[in-house]
Amino acid sequence: MLSLGSGGGKSTKPSFVSYVTPEDMKIKEKEEGLRSKHPYLLPGEVVFCSANHVLKYTQEDSSQRGVYGTLLCTNFKIAFISDESASQETAPPFRNKLLSENDIPLTCVDNIYGVSDEKKKLIIGGQVKSKYPSKLIIQCKDLRVFHFSLTYAKEEEAKKIFQGIVHHSLEPKSLKCVFAFSYCETASPSQASRKSSLTLMFETKEDWSVELGRTKGNCKVSSANEDYVISEKLPQFFVVPFAVSDDDILRFLGKGIPFWCWSHHSGCALFKMACLPTIQEDGISQKYMHRMLDAVTQDQLCPVKIEDLSSCLPALQDLQLSYNKFKQLFLIDSTTEFWVSDMKWFSSLENSGWLEIIRQCLMKAVEIVDYLESAHTSVLIVEEHCSDLCCVLSSLVQIMLDPYYRTCSGFQSLIQKEWVAGGHSFLDRCNHLYQKEKEVPAPVFLLFLECVWQLLQQHAPAFQFSETYLTVLSDSINIPLFSTFLFNSQHHRDTAMKPGHPEAQRSPLNFPSVWDWSLQFDCKAQSLFTNPLYVEKPIQDKALRKTSHQKHQRQLSLPNTLSKPSPRKGFFKEETDNLKKIFLGKRISKWLNPTESSKELYESWQRKPLDYQGLLLPYLDGPSVRVWMQRYLRWVPEAQIFGGGSITTVNRVLELASEIQDLQKEVERRSCRMNSSTAWTQVYSGPPLSARLSSFPFTATHAWSFKPAIPSSIRQSLGSVSSLADKEDDDCQGSGVL
Amino acid sequence: MSCGLETYGLGEFGFRLKTQTMASASTPTYNSNNLENNSSKNASRESLRMEPLADVPQLPGEERITDKDIIYICPFNGAVKGKVSITNYRLFFKSFEVDPAMTLDVPLGVISRIEKMGGASSRGENSYGLDISCKDMRNLRFALKQEGHSRRDIFELLFRYAFPLSHSLQLFAFLSQEKFSENGWNVYNAILEYRRQGLPNNKWRITFVNEQYELCDTYPTVLMVPFKATDEDLRKVSAFRSRNRIPVVSWIHPVNQAVIMRCSQPLVGMSGKRNKDDERYLDIIREANGQTAKLTIYDARPNVNAVANKATGGGYEGEDAYQNAELVFLDIHNIHVMRESLKKLKDIVYPQVEETHWLSSLESTHWLEHIKLVLAGAIQVADKLSSGNSVVVHCSDGWDRTAQLTSLSMLMLDSYYRTMTGFQVLVQKEWISFGHKFSSRIGHGDKNHADADRSPIFVQFIDCVWQMTKQFPTAFEFNELFLMTILDNLYSCRFGTFLYNCESVRDNMEVKEKTVSLWSMINSENRKYINPFYTKESSRVLYPVASMRHLELWVSYYIRWNPRIRQQQQNQVEQRYMEMLALRDQYLKKLEELQISDSPRIANNSNSPASPTQLVHHVQTPL
Repeated sequence: MLSLGSGGGKSTKPSFVSYVTPEDMKIKEKEEGLRSKHPYLLPGEVVFCSANHVLKYTQEDSSQRGVYGTLLCTNFKIAFISDESASQETAPPFRNKLLSENDIPLTCVDNIYGVSDEKKKLIIGGQVKSKYPSKLIIQCKDLRVFHFSLTYAKEEEAKKIFQGIVHHSLEPKSLKCVFAFSYCETASPSQASRKSSLTLMFETKEDWSVELGRTKGNCKVSSANEDYVISEKLPQFFVVPFAVSDDDILRFLGKGIPFWCWSHHSGCALFKMACLPTIQEDGISQKYMHRMLDAVTQDQLCPVKIEDLSSCLPALQDLQLSYNKFKQLFLIDSTTEFWVSDMKWFSSLENSGWLEIIRQCLMKAVEIVDYLESAHTSVLIVEEHCSDLCCVLSSLVQIMLDPYYRTCSGFQSLIQKEWVAGGHSFLDRCNHLYQKEKEVPAPVFLLFLECVWQLLQQHAPAFQFSETYLTVLSDSINIPLFSTFLFNSQHHRDTAMKPGHPEAQRSPLNFPSVWDWSLQFDCKAQSLFTNPLYVEKPIQDKALRKTSHQKHQRQLSLPNTLSKPSPRKGFFKEETDNLKKIFLGKRISKWLNPTESSKELYESWQRKPLDYQGLLLPYLDGPSVRVWMQRYLRWVPEAQIFGGGSITTVNRVLELASEIQDLQKEVERRSCRMNSSTAWTQVYSGPPLSARLSSFPFTATHAWSFKPAIPSSIRQSLGSVSSLADKEDDDCQGSGVL
Repeated sequence: MSCGLETYGLGEFGFRLKTQTMASASTPTYNSNNLENNSSKNASRESLRMEPLADVPQLPGEERITDKDIIYICPFNGAVKGKVSITNYRLFFKSFEVDPAMTLDVPLGVISRIEKMGGASSRGENSYGLDISCKDMRNLRFALKQEGHSRRDIFELLFRYAFPLSHSLQLFAFLSQEKFSENGWNVYNAILEYRRQGLPNNKWRITFVNEQYELCDTYPTVLMVPFKATDEDLRKVSAFRSRNRIPVVSWIHPVNQAVIMRCSQPLVGMSGKRNKDDERYLDIIREANGQTAKLTIYDARPNVNAVANKATGGGYEGEDAYQNAELVFLDIHNIHVMRESLKKLKDIVYPQVEETHWLSSLESTHWLEHIKLVLAGAIQVADKLSSGNSVVVHCSDGWDRTAQLTSLSMLMLDSYYRTMTGFQVLVQKEWISFGHKFSSRIGHGDKNHADADRSPIFVQFIDCVWQMTKQFPTAFEFNELFLMTILDNLYSCRFGTFLYNCESVRDNMEVKEKTVSLWSMINSENRKYINPFYTKESSRVLYPVASMRHLELWVSYYIRWNPRIRQQQQNQVEQRYMEMLALRDQYLKKLEELQISDSPRIANNSNSPASPTQLVHHVQTPL
């Protein structure tokens, strides 16, 4: 009956049902077996261990509420299956096809605490003794917090499940143990859906050519690294200035090469570059660098500005530290804790420094935008491996400047281009394998999504995708299935995809991409990914852009022929000192307030009416940089606004959008033009507006019996209000009372 | 090309050295009285420079006092030469130095203080002039030429007309000749409002005991009291309540008949006096809906302050005396604390927004924390009432914190108050008629800027309302502009609505007869103030979340003078939504046209909805 793998079947006669007749029990067992006890397993998923009679509970003030059920650990996830049947209407409105409400992918586990004798202790993998705690608190990377009590479970089962969970989620493992490998061997490839998508994967020469053509970039696609002959870190194909030869690339194994990211319509372009190894003799590297910079300026016909990220942005360790502090603010154990932490909310936020890091990244991006947009200067972003903050900045700059990247497919292509092909070490940064010493884990990609979210909340009509899309994308990082987030480079992925045993004659594994959204969500749920406010590009816009571009080229051609040879010496002379400092590891620390430096850009931008298809700049003053509420507060019951939140306006817009769509169809039908160009997406219909929580679509309404949240521990932190507070009430002044 | 290379030579930040251009973005996008703010471009600049300002907006009844050449020292863009015009209603400044012309339009009522800056011997540019502090979160600085005491006249005139009551002049509201199609004085009628709530009934009656303000001079004439209490009882109770402000009904729950009562503190004093009539009166209130086992008394003050009030004869309902009541302190601070808090807030947002430690600076003003406490108090009142228990709310005198709590909880409980008219009724009832001391708190026309009676209690209330509209963006019929317009006219003295401390004084001054109501203006052009997202939902209780996680600073009000602070993104969403609404209407119109042109043909066909093929067929049929 209970086919739960190990330990499930034998212990089916708990003593507490002894007053139930055997027939009753049979029926009950049958029902249970049929109903919900079966964990939903994906192809290739196997159950490692499980425990019955585990209590999942929530802490509210002094009272606890909970449900009994089975806790399992598989090679993919930790799952809790409630004994109570989940009725249809309480099913979450927005279901992930891979995961149920109480499933935690192993790679999504952030921290586990054990509670024994009222003491909460952080569990560290590899140090687990035979003792197990009576309660388990699992904090997830997507900010969910689960409380499980093992008190009522059989001792043997409890021990097993505890050790299993700790072993599989907190201890180092090899890449082959990641669930994607088991999944892909058994699941049928869904190649078709990927091919049809508009997302450019940047795995082929063609994709790069398309991108070069789209932005009218004046560079060449290089195949020097085909089959990874030069570097395993670099993609097989990339784009470099014409003057960069294959030998140049070979010289320092791809380091010191200006890789093309994007071209501005004025002709200047954005490049990125990894630092040269420091051992090189001055003369050689200097000369080499000159040639590379020369290559950049020659093709683009404009000067170049070098941005060394190490001198102006926080180090990866600081990033991780700051985010750890920040996320702690949302991992709340109890109602009491919520209200206590509410008192110092703003200063805690500030102390984490996370918002400040977001602001710094956006500021830096604005600065780069300023060079490209106002000064028509090419920018070369330099970072040690050019695969961390470099990706954040280059992507942000492109989003601000190019409306294409604010569409769904454009945004996905951008991530493919800058992050996946760009060789961001997703595996190491996400620390999926729990190999602590090896590499610095850091939420670099999340930082990028945070920055995009800031832009999105400030300029909603400029983006085709919604906040929900970004939140879901940030969750997908922690689902160990998608090739997008599982590897450190394309080479890494390609070698991993090769069949394990050569003699097995299998075809290479086929990992799904995260962009294959149908794997996670049905169409209805996916409709929440599009932003109903999005202002689409007007059709004539394309032509307009073309003409302005051509005009620009014409302007450029004139000074080009006149001035090319003369000023070169001077500019290199001065810059060499700088270069030396940058490339030989000496960091110049200079701080110029970027808001000041980009003031003119802002002013001229603000003077014009906001064009959602044009340049987009973030507002960076204190009040404008906010917390991504949907992502961070969606699981905190105390923070839910019953029937409120910004989701209510979004919903009104969705309704209106669908009404317009219907009208549009009707008009077309009546005027007999059947060539409908339906731009509107299907409208999500869920529970009525008033019954929703502000965290919609992430939490079901039923999750909490609703009662208004009344701040407890209201006793002030207003300690410093001085004598005024004790001062008599105004009312008692003047004409004497009584 | 060459220019680009030079740039390179200048070093990394070389091209930052461009000359500063004057930004025109400095004109605040939202002007307090935006209806008059059209800077005309057709007039030639030269002619305007010589003449007094030609296009000063002017309300009926507004009179020109003086014009002067002056330099406005804009905190965002530096000194701008221009002309100022002062009327009996406003200070209007215009400069043609920048394009488009920069204007300042400041009703004299918002001025809280005028100081002379520098002396005749002051050195340095623009060091001699006027420094004006405003009640609406900004300061204005003007510089004048030092020669010939050029400042004396303008200072004196400004001082005179900004503080008319200190100079035996009339407030502008009494001079205004404005006419509107709607009469805002008709918005609120106490008896009609009680009737809307289903009152009086067999438990509650209307009393006219205060018809001549003889029971309580700060209460309105019409009061709703327990049926079982006689007018004589009321008089006895009034002796035991501070300023005779006895417990009266503010609102009754339509289903469970629980009531919100408001009053002032009991006069317990040091000796712990008791009053049988008061005790009995509260028990009658408790019994009235038959469900309330213990009447909850919400004392808005912090416990210590309530205790301290005993020293001055006040206090709170003791356990012994009021056995069927439970007392809850809501910890909301007094008017002085609130005033200082807003002052601190001004310090961090004007003129420059605190950059490096924005969040902790914001926290240290405690402004949002006070907002949180007020909202939390109102939530408790609303929650209690929803569960069928009657409540009594008071603070010390029951005209500041009490008004905040009753009106906010009513806003949560009763969707009527979330409509355009309903909100006007709410303000008119809980604030104006029940004697919130607008005159003392705002200091209309009064020069004593340091008066300890001044406090932004009503601003705080409107802020709480704004917080609620943020959390429930579809639940309110009115928009942000509506709330800002209310606040602007709280100070402007253009309307009679917020003048004076209570109804008895207003009657004396014949405010309704001699001035125009703010609601007249708003209701005459109410389309401006409608929230496009509004979805009517009756009988829904709104519980905002009174957590710092959701409270935010009302940037578009408090920091609106700073041109670099964006106008809230909500506007973008709202604008986009309006565009979509327009698109929908276009389609509807088109459809209508099509229907008209189709109908004769469809009519003689069949009743079934035309399938596409049928329709194609029809159109192709030549007529």
